[in-house]
Amino acid sequence: MSDKVTISIKRSDPSKGEAPHFVDYEVPTQEGMVVLDAVHYIGSNIDPTLSVRWNCKAARCGSCSAEVNGLPRLMCKTRVDKMGSRISIEPMRAYPVVKDLVTNVSHNWEVAKRIPPFTPKPDLPKPWRIAAIDITRSKEFRTCIECFLCQDVCHVIREHESNYLGPKHMVKVAALDMHPLDSIDRTGFLHTEGGVGFCNITKCCQNVCPEGIHITDNAIIPEKERVVNEFYDPIGILIHRRRQKK
Amino acid sequence: MLIIGAGGAGLRAAVEALKQGVKVLIVTKSLLGKAHTVMAEGGIAAALGNVDKEDNWKVHFVDTYVEGVYLGDWRFSEQLAKDAPERVLELEEYGALFDRNADGKILQRAFGAHTYRRLCHVGDKTGLELIRTLQDKVIHSDASFLEEIMITKIITEGGRVKGAIGLDLKTGEFYSISAKGIIVASGGLGRIYKVTSNSWESTGDGLSLAFEAGSELMDLEMVQFHPTGMIWPPAIRGLLVTEGVRGDGGLLYNTKGERFMLRYSPQKKELDARDVVARSIYREIMEGRGTEHGGVYLDISYKGAKFILEKLPSMYMQYKEFSGVDITKEKMEVAPTTHYHMGGIKVDAETNQTIVSGLFAAGEAATGLHGANRLGGNSLADLLVFGKRTGEEAAKFVKNAKLTRIGGNEVSAEVDRVLSFLQVKDPVNPYEVFEKLRETMSTNVGIWRNEDGLNKALAEIAELKKVAKNVGVSGSTKFNPGLVTALEVQGLLNIAEMLVTAARERKESRGAHYRQDYPELRKEWRKNIVFVRKQDGNYTMRFDPVPELPSELKALLSKEEQENV
Repeated sequence: MSDKVTISIKRSDPSKGEAPHFVDYEVPTQEGMVVLDAVHYIGSNIDPTLSVRWNCKAARCGSCSAEVNGLPRLMCKTRVDKMGSRISIEPMRAYPVVKDLVTNVSHNWEVAKRIPPFTPKPDLPKPWRIAAIDITRSKEFRTCIECFLCQDVCHVIREHESNYLGPKHMVKVAALDMHPLDSIDRTGFLHTEGGVGFCNITKCCQNVCPEGIHITDNAIIPEKERVVNEFYDPIGILIHRRRQKK
Repeated sequence: MLIIGAGGAGLRAAVEALKQGVKVLIVTKSLLGKAHTVMAEGGIAAALGNVDKEDNWKVHFVDTYVEGVYLGDWRFSEQLAKDAPERVLELEEYGALFDRNADGKILQRAFGAHTYRRLCHVGDKTGLELIRTLQDKVIHSDASFLEEIMITKIITEGGRVKGAIGLDLKTGEFYSISAKGIIVASGGLGRIYKVTSNSWESTGDGLSLAFEAGSELMDLEMVQFHPTGMIWPPAIRGLLVTEGVRGDGGLLYNTKGERFMLRYSPQKKELDARDVVARSIYREIMEGRGTEHGGVYLDISYKGAKFILEKLPSMYMQYKEFSGVDITKEKMEVAPTTHYHMGGIKVDAETNQTIVSGLFAAGEAATGLHGANRLGGNSLADLLVFGKRTGEEAAKFVKNAKLTRIGGNEVSAEVDRVLSFLQVKDPVNPYEVFEKLRETMSTNVGIWRNEDGLNKALAEIAELKKVAKNVGVSGSTKFNPGLVTALEVQGLLNIAEMLVTAARERKESRGAHYRQDYPELRKEWRKNIVFVRKQDGNYTMRFDPVPELPSELKALLSKEEQENV
């Protein structure tokens, strides 16, 4: 490993009308260094005004999402020595830039608010009893660190004006739906408001998840199947209508 | 009501205040759901007795009180032990999904110095589950929240709060927030040390804010060093290795292959209190039985891959990704890392209010519960139990309080102060001051402390305080990390000075505070060191006796233990 690396960062301040442009920085390397360390070095020693969002530096909080050499990554989890001698860092493309590497991700809270929250079955005897095996499906989705990289890479979110929730929020819906004691049916919500039909299962989201959640396979596809059963399968439609009548 | 901080304590307080029908605004320096709580791994201590039927609140109380080496306030530990089970079950009803045991109840794991298996957990990601659950609750409520706002000043008038001024990092604009009541739930100050498990945010801001507003600070010298942090490669030094590894059977070895905890703690071994294990590891390293990177070995590989991947997935990931070590086959290399601050803002044991009317504190920012050493799992329990209570008490207060608006002069004075950092000629780099502070804290105020080192640290801090007067940065107020650091450093230097002063004052060894020159526990030092702000901005020290245990609680302690109180 060479003792220096060139970090090329896309900088901009839209509120000042400053257009995006790449600035190169020479950074000395250290064993085990991650991309976020290099960005910190620049902030501490070259330009303290470089804007970057970070928090735990341990791949737990999902704050330092960016596109490293064009790949959606957590900067704290990306080793410098695996990315070559010249590394480009850009903010996530699916979100409006606040400044430099920081983007405005607040849209996600508006989406989150629309998802019907956990609603336990009424009158459960306390304390609740749940078999260990029954929590495994929901548990996978609960490791989501809300880094929004899956949202960033989703072409429906990036390129289309649609009401699709996006993969991150599909994971949330699946986490709720697969809670053994949850009592509401979110299928209708996914079909209409959730825009789940827009996802054409290209699995890009699944490929970038730093937590390794099988977003498409385990969350989106089962949810899509439920929507199909209920709204497109003739027998399903009949059952659905009967349920609505009740 | 204004809540500063959106970690476990702040969010739990918000949920409770909302139940009382109070209008709530939560502000956080980072994004919602990113607070340091997210890093909590091992679990929440609550005497549910699901695994060990013998467990009950009395045992939890004794564990907490005794391992805090009799420096905590019994009123806090009693309530923690009594309320934690209910808070955990309530969190489950909010949607948290805990690991289960064979009969379908919440599974509990063993942890250091807890008599019974007591920690309710979600693998090694308990904090994540806790914060997500509360976050969802808040998102689906009427609470407002503002993200990436750094509160820079709490405004008071005649000994009561009026509100706070904050800088919106996203826009660079200022907020003036008038509030009847304020809860400081801003976490700890781990980043004052070079090697730490703490997040970016843990810069003790809340302590500075509350102190400047007139609140008292207590037990500042009590800093917890977690026995096991990662050490190699250097870039990730300090990253936490959960106590869950030892709770689930992990064993500690030195380079001679000796399981040294058998020597230091024949009874509790690897699962003794954190201060004991951290000091033992440190001694092994200092006496030359450590690895070339300055650590010892922690081994869980004998438990097999299936067990490890299920119970400790984050640990597997972090060693694999960062160190290239497969913990299902190899030993981990670990050394102590700064982890938690037992000290903080002094609050009333019944209401969690400070001496400033309308100013409350909860979570790691507050003090009084853990004494000289915190048990693993007790901090998440703390967040739930005292987050709830503080939300409740603050709501009661707010309902009977009148709103006094913050004046224009007060706003402009604070805005000018913040802006002044952008107008310094030949400015000193704030990172440089911060790094020097962290360096001296790690070198001189660490696991082993002595008079010389502490004096040295105080001299260096005094010097840094002079230099810090010229700290400044270029750029604007908008998402300027340099400016944020400049603001943090001002507060941290004051807190550091008090912390080191208290450490020098306490001429004994108790819990996390170990003095090489006074290695014994001394009964006459069973008192809390309190810092009181004077009108001129300086401080005085006061020594408060620890509240006496009522006889029915004292009776729960063993004869030996009773001699210490």
